[in-house]
Amino acid sequence: MDLSYSQEHEAFRSEVVAFLREHADAAPRAGKGDAKAWQKLLIAHGYAARTIPRDYGGYGAEPDILKSRIIAEEFARAQTSPGMGGQGISMLVPTLLEMGSEDQKRQFIGPTLSGDLLWCQGYSEPDAGSDLASLRTKAVLDGDDWVVSGQKIWTSTAHLADWIFCLVRTEPEAAKHEGISFLLFSMKTPGIEVRPLVDMTGVANFNEVFFTDVRVPKHQIVGRRGEGWKVANAILKHERGSLADPNTMLSRLNTLSELMKTETVDGRRAIDDPVFRDRLMQVHGRVLAMRCNDLRLLSAAVNKTPASLAGMVVKLQGTELRHELEALAIDVMGEFGLLYTGSPQLRTQGSWQRDYMFFLGLIIGGGTSQIQKNIIAERGLGMPREPKTVST
Amino acid sequence: MQFDLSDEQAMLQDTVHRFLAEAGGLERARAFAAGGEARAVDLATGLAQLGVTGLLVAEEHGGSGLTLLDAALVAEVLGRHVAPTAFIGAAVLAPMALQRAGSRSQRDHWLPRLAAGSVTAGVALSEHAGAREDAAVEARDGRLHGRALFVIDHEADIYVIADRQGGLHLIAADAAGLTRTRLNTIDVTRPTGELRLDGVAAEPLEGANPALIRDLIDAGRVMYAADTLGAAQEMLDRAVAYAADRKQFGRPIGSFQAVKHMCAEMAAGLEPCRALVWYAGHALGALPGEASLTACHAKAHLAEVGTMVARTATEVHGGMGFTDLVGLHYWFKRIGFNRQMLGGPQRVREEAAQMVLSG
Ligand SMILES: Cc1cc2nc3c(=O)[nH]c(=O)nc-3n(C[C@H](O)[C@H](O)[C@H](O)COP(=O)(O)OP(=O)(O)OC[C@H]3O[C@@H](n4cnc5c(N)ncnc54)[C@H](O)[C@@H]3O)c2cc1C
Repeated sequence: MDLSYSQEHEAFRSEVVAFLREHADAAPRAGKGDAKAWQKLLIAHGYAARTIPRDYGGYGAEPDILKSRIIAEEFARAQTSPGMGGQGISMLVPTLLEMGSEDQKRQFIGPTLSGDLLWCQGYSEPDAGSDLASLRTKAVLDGDDWVVSGQKIWTSTAHLADWIFCLVRTEPEAAKHEGISFLLFSMKTPGIEVRPLVDMTGVANFNEVFFTDVRVPKHQIVGRRGEGWKVANAILKHERGSLADPNTMLSRLNTLSELMKTETVDGRRAIDDPVFRDRLMQVHGRVLAMRCNDLRLLSAAVNKTPASLAGMVVKLQGTELRHELEALAIDVMGEFGLLYTGSPQLRTQGSWQRDYMFFLGLIIGGGTSQIQKNIIAERGLGMPREPKTVST
Repeated sequence: MQFDLSDEQAMLQDTVHRFLAEAGGLERARAFAAGGEARAVDLATGLAQLGVTGLLVAEEHGGSGLTLLDAALVAEVLGRHVAPTAFIGAAVLAPMALQRAGSRSQRDHWLPRLAAGSVTAGVALSEHAGAREDAAVEARDGRLHGRALFVIDHEADIYVIADRQGGLHLIAADAAGLTRTRLNTIDVTRPTGELRLDGVAAEPLEGANPALIRDLIDAGRVMYAADTLGAAQEMLDRAVAYAADRKQFGRPIGSFQAVKHMCAEMAAGLEPCRALVWYAGHALGALPGEASLTACHAKAHLAEVGTMVARTATEVHGGMGFTDLVGLHYWFKRIGFNRQMLGGPQRVREEAAQMVLSG
């Protein structure tokens, strides 16, 4: 056990802290502020897009897991935006770096990182959710174009996105997982219709997307024909880890303790109520366990040792735990926890209520909790696989 | 930056594991449970030869001077094998108390004996983690009066006893005025008991103070958490193995999703516990500012996850899980014992709350 950081890393931490002290005021907060300018500043200092080559619009640093960790920790501690997220930056960019052609890297990564090119992820379909590989949106080669027809659903930010990365069936004769390809195309291409879906938080952040003979130039495919499943799995790997960061959870927990010091029932602060204290400490213990687990994963990555089961449980445990943390805050507020918008008594702009619902979305999205348990049982514990059902 | 076990630590666990497996594992626990032995002498002797009793004792006193994290790693293996042997009192808390608070001559006399295993020490400090029935020990004029409940490693030759003020004292098991009563708990692998002290002449450990008592309780809690980690991991492994073997409706029960999800939930709960126990064990020696808090959280969280695993793994075994035949209940009861000793989860979380929420 050696939890110390080298002098070089401690010096790096001081730099990050100094940067935050000087610039944090310019960061966007609660949807206000110039997100693109902030993103540009972060990339220039190497606090975003850190290890992505300069040629592709990144900062071009050598990969150093500990430095990336220090950045994440300090930004979380300062409760300051760590730059733009979204499916383009967090999922497509790593995939292009791994699987994209040189032209694709040069064309797409730079503008994506700077926030000039927004993406959506077109995977799920009405009949292909957990069983994603049964997707039916088809693409047929016609001259130099793929012609895409079909429907996607739950497509987050499709109404805002400039481009989509999309899974389509190109080899109808091939086995389920081997007939899929990974296409990139502009959302302005003729034949695309986006219909917003209002979610339970009250906003329309995801959509139905309909394709009618959408013509996509042949070269806008990532990987080869029929390799789309492999490409997509590279992405899912990037998605799962990022949904449940324990440092964010810890800072959320501190905000909850503060809330418990101000909410009173019959003149008594929630923090002095033994039942609420006990619930808070239960959540605290679990957050601490996930933080230690995260430290173990970090160490395994730095020292290149295996810790596979520890990684497999993160999405399931993290999203469930975060949902519970938000639920506790609502109980602490009691009847005030029922307010949602437009009331002067609303606490923290309704963030607890919103996140309580939002994290239920994350429990479902990106592979449901049940699918996570299948993965843990089958791949982590080596239990028998589900009997294969006949696909129709 | 390395948050992982060293090769030496992995070897230490492996050595103790192999010794306990060869000694019979569950069958050894069964034999002990059948009665007739006050102590499992073969285990005590073997573990002493492996250096387990002297783990924390400095080299100058015949031990190996290892850390409390190493001790937690051994506790995990003992839990895994439901080993019916003294450890948390005799090899962790007593040596720690003597090293920190004993005089030169007390250390020179007792530590080599504890390290060699020729003397076994019980430890009475449960009253500092919640006194039941108003039990308490008073020290007056070099003599001890009162009662101590739930003594750790009760079958002992000497006892380290905490008084109400946070002082520590040594007495011999055959001291005049001492009445020892075994408390037969559900966990037959670790005898506990009650001491009645009626003016027993005692040797004080002059360096003792309430801060040391706090450290002893922190250390004890992490050891119980580690023991539960090992016991729960063994129950999970047995459940997964049984589910692969047992067939119903013409297929292994492990192919039923309900059974798979029970196992996945156990694994998902337990795997982060490993890192938590490592961290809490490391904090005991290396991160004094965090040690008490992480000890509380490790104790309470492992109690909850351990209880869930104990129940679920038993259920995966169906009726067989409920029998004495497969012996799962030895781990079930061990986890139950660890949950209550030195403070159940509610009490321990309240202590954590006081540390986190002051102000
Ligand atoms: C907030 C949010 C944002 C999303 N954003 C996007 C996006 O941008 N792009 C995109 O492509 N998709 C997106 N999704 C879709 C998401 O990936 C799917 O909702 C998810 O994979 C589940 O699929 P489904 O909704 O069809 O549910 P179903 O697969 O129909 O599942 C319904 C229930 O059945 C259970 N179930 C299904 N199969 C099994 C099984 N084999 N074993 C056990 N239980 C099973 C599930 O766990 C669930 O409880 C988003 C979803 C949400 C909630």
